[in-house]
Amino acid sequence: MRTATAPYALFRARTLDGALKILREEPGTVPIAGCTDVFVTLEFGGSPGTRYLDLSRLSALRRITTSGDKLVIGALATYTELQKSRFVRARLPMLVEAARLVGGVQIQNMGTVGGNLANASPAGDTLPVFAVANADVVLAGPDGERRVPFNAFYTGYRASVRRPDELIVAVEVSPVIGKQWFRKVGTRAAQAISKVVFAGVRGLETRLALGSVAPTVIRLPGTEMVLNGGGSIDEALRALADEIRPIDDLRSTAGYRRSVAANLVRQFWSETA
Amino acid sequence: MKFTLNGTPRKLDAHPLKRLLDVLREDCELTGTKEGCGEGECGACTVLVDGEPVVSCLMPCAQVEGCEVTTIEGLSGDHPLQRAMMREVGAQCGICTPGVILAAHALVESTRKPTLERVREALAGNLCRCTGYEAIHRAVLGAHAERHAHAASAAPEKAKA
Repeated sequence: MRTATAPYALFRARTLDGALKILREEPGTVPIAGCTDVFVTLEFGGSPGTRYLDLSRLSALRRITTSGDKLVIGALATYTELQKSRFVRARLPMLVEAARLVGGVQIQNMGTVGGNLANASPAGDTLPVFAVANADVVLAGPDGERRVPFNAFYTGYRASVRRPDELIVAVEVSPVIGKQWFRKVGTRAAQAISKVVFAGVRGLETRLALGSVAPTVIRLPGTEMVLNGGGSIDEALRALADEIRPIDDLRSTAGYRRSVAANLVRQFWSETA
Repeated sequence: MKFTLNGTPRKLDAHPLKRLLDVLREDCELTGTKEGCGEGECGACTVLVDGEPVVSCLMPCAQVEGCEVTTIEGLSGDHPLQRAMMREVGAQCGICTPGVILAAHALVESTRKPTLERVREALAGNLCRCTGYEAIHRAVLGAHAERHAHAASAAPEKAKA
């Protein structure tokens, strides 16, 4: 099988301004970087678009830094770079764990944080981490930058508030207080898309998020409210059952996902006690 | 497009979205790089770009412009890893072998001795349907020992089971 290249065009940008100009002037252009999602779609006959914009040379967007008390992860940081970054290791160990479990080393060397967000899969491995970290997504567009709370970024299945002429340029994370916990359940340790993926923070305010149990990654406000109000884990799991909407698909069943989601929340609660 | 392939500068005219895998096999006529799944799951098409393993089936060739690409043909044929794979029978059908060797290359070249767990992690993205992996893991550990054995030692170190 070969990628059908003939009808497709590739633009390449060397600067962020150049990239934004192309998005403005060539509507429908699909930004690409690590290509680990887009090329799979192309390979199997899907067509996310006919015009693509390669961002991989925008090295300024690859940096992982701090600004004041915020961790700033450039959109082009790869999963390998997340694992190596001393800032991420110190502040967001659950993100290191999530990055470690994305595919094999080859995919970790290619795939990017911005791509994981933009692809907007409900199963995206880093997404529950950003949900419980109350991260902000930094978007750059024709009118400059704007920040959107990660928990308001997705509007539905594979849909987000990112406008077609905007690029995700960074994710910002304020200090996370409390114990961090991450767990991905898939067919095998490496290479598998999640059946269920979970991140939790246990502190003064406990925060929980699940992937693959609803059209988007979701926080669990009802479950959190029970736990933060001093309720028991069994009461919390009853609340959980009411706020997840898993489906049967090629990777798993709704029933299995319900059981696993409850087990993960229970395990999180006992291991972070 | 210009890049360096196995140490030699190359210039070619290919569609920028053509998969690096196809550019290597068709334009460069280096068929050591294999296509397995075509979706980044199996690792058969692994090559090194600037020393780091990537899957060439998911990389548009435009992204290697100015980079150094190493395929299995770039190894001597007598690399300790290649010899260890033969000695330990780390291959049966052989389709996964070039990718396995390139994915393990950095571990073997590194002076630090890898643990078995580290070897498994490095090869987590490479599927082998024949060997059950044990022989591959032995080969990687054995190759590391051989690569870093003192020049004085007469016989190559036998890989530990």
